[in-house]
Amino acid sequence: MKITRKDFLRLSGLSVLAAGAVRTFEAAKAAGQSAIRPLRGSGGAPRKQLAMAIDLRKCRQRPGCDLCMKACRDAHNVPVIADPRHEVKWIWNAPFAEVFPLEQSAYTERNYTGSPLPVLCNHCDEPACVRVCPTGATWKRSEDGIVMMDWHRCIGCKYCMVACPYEARSFNFVDPRPYIEHINSDFPTRSMGVVEKCNFCAERLAAGKQPACVEACPANAIAFGDSSDPNSPVCLALSASFSLRRKPELGTGPNVHSIV
Amino acid sequence: MFEKALAGGRRYWLWVGFLLAVSFLGLFDWVREQQIGLGVTALTRDVPWGLYIGQFVFFVGLGASALVVVLPYYLHNWKAFAKITLLGEILGMVSVFMAMLFIFVSMGRPMRLINVLWYPHPNSLIFWDINVLSGYVLLNAIVTTTILWSERQGIAPPRWTRFLVMLSLPWAVSIHTVTAFILCGLVARPYWLTPLMAPRFLASAFTSGAALLALLALLMRRLGVFDVGEEAIQKLRTIATYCLLTHVFFDLNEIFTVFYSRIPEHVAHIDYLFAGLDGNDLYAPWMQLSALFALAALAIFLIPALRNRSSLLPWACAFAFFSMLIEKGLGLMVGGFVPTAFGVTAAYAPNLSEWTVVAGIWAFGALLITVLYKIALAVRAEAES
Ligand code: SF4
Ligand code: SF4
Repeated sequence: MKITRKDFLRLSGLSVLAAGAVRTFEAAKAAGQSAIRPLRGSGGAPRKQLAMAIDLRKCRQRPGCDLCMKACRDAHNVPVIADPRHEVKWIWNAPFAEVFPLEQSAYTERNYTGSPLPVLCNHCDEPACVRVCPTGATWKRSEDGIVMMDWHRCIGCKYCMVACPYEARSFNFVDPRPYIEHINSDFPTRSMGVVEKCNFCAERLAAGKQPACVEACPANAIAFGDSSDPNSPVCLALSASFSLRRKPELGTGPNVHSIV
Repeated sequence: MFEKALAGGRRYWLWVGFLLAVSFLGLFDWVREQQIGLGVTALTRDVPWGLYIGQFVFFVGLGASALVVVLPYYLHNWKAFAKITLLGEILGMVSVFMAMLFIFVSMGRPMRLINVLWYPHPNSLIFWDINVLSGYVLLNAIVTTTILWSERQGIAPPRWTRFLVMLSLPWAVSIHTVTAFILCGLVARPYWLTPLMAPRFLASAFTSGAALLALLALLMRRLGVFDVGEEAIQKLRTIATYCLLTHVFFDLNEIFTVFYSRIPEHVAHIDYLFAGLDGNDLYAPWMQLSALFALAALAIFLIPALRNRSSLLPWACAFAFFSMLIEKGLGLMVGGFVPTAFGVTAAYAPNLSEWTVVAGIWAFGALLITVLYKIALAVRAEAES
């Protein structure tokens, strides 16, 4: 077996540091290539990465609509806590000016103020939350790029919430169970003291279904699929229209796109 | 050796009893927090780290500051520090222990803490922090007990203690550097995203450490418990002066970069802290007070007419200490989170529950200091007579 330079570095005593350096270098190299998302890995076949494109033009035609959020809450036992300080949110609406502060202009203010803009975890290419987690309770799944969580391992240090530039994570400040509207017995409820967030419906994907929000949208506003496959619904939607991602300049590589 | 802690007068026992009572109060309140959930604190989804983590950072700094007496004494043979070095090491050890308690109380699931070692993730700075902090406490515990034990036997401490002491110097720098790295490597928090974070931390840590040691020395002399010597106090004051100057210089560097570049995301946090944003100016008076304290301390340290008035020295030390405590123990955290990633000026003010837990940990730290100083001083007095 031929040992490449990378293998050698990984094996050597300094493997932790060296691997970090190699990854950073590769990420920088990959970011230079133009693709729908920066490709990770050493330039081989693009790795599968699930992504989402939300067509806000369709959302705007249904003011006040929150069917996707409701579907998510019901699928995942997300509690409805009135106190905004303790809210648990997987997918929710936020104002345009807060989601895309750098894009705000007199035009967007006039046209987009008050219209729904769903936000959720971006299942980033280089997730800051995963990098900081001291226990591996949150990790990036290699087969499809979903950023997963293990609620039994999480120690509730909240470091991931501090590190996520999108505030996509929620801490269970109180016992969530009394606040769940309809308990879905097919999905675990969480206990107090752990962090949670959107999981791109990993459990539904495993059963061959689409994510709950995608399925619930009557306007078909949410396209979902593998961003490394040019024929996936998400790639087709993105190639047809202009879209924005939140804070792409931070290098996290968010995989949720908003078609404005 | 520990029997020395049990021989004390009425004043001693009243003080110990008071500290025990406050410690238990804090403990009970923390148990309650864990039962009802951290929702009883003022922490929120937007400000998930607050007073506890701020105190953690401050006390790691105080722990690292043992270096300001250990280094001159062991490396440069400053005889003036002969009496105070051991006290400095004990203070450092207890501070870091308190810092660890502050992490513990801020966790949602503290009983699972072992997961950090069970599933080690070296890419997380918390993994490194827990290791260097416990290593530092252990190192100092071994050094101080061995030194005391040898003094009691009337023999010179074994040679390997000197090696451990030397090791504790870079180790002291490392604990505060790792703590700075927890914060300054996050793209999400522009206020912390500065390579000056670790140097700033060290400067403020050494300031607060030297100031607190000088205060403790003055207090012990006043109470007639122990006299570390005037020269040691004057040297501590010199150290505090230079460290405070460095700290202020670093802070002004940050201010220049932020306000000359005027990058909105960076400006917003400092604006919020010192002036208030969107009508929320809760921290402005505190941060201004912290700046004022630093300047007042510097004035007393530097202006000859004030410098020579020995009655002002405790004031200068207290100003320096509280200036650092406000800036690091509270402002650092809120400034990092407000405004939020969504640009919202979130409100967070530590509530009674948090203050009670903090008071408990402070009292417990003071208790450890009292008892350990008592033992150390008694052993010394016995060895000398
Ligand atoms: S959006 Fe936040 S929580 Fe989701 S993967 Fe990215 S950094 Fe992690
Ligand atoms: S709160 Fe849980 S998931 Fe988040 S960093 Fe800590 S252990 Fe990891």
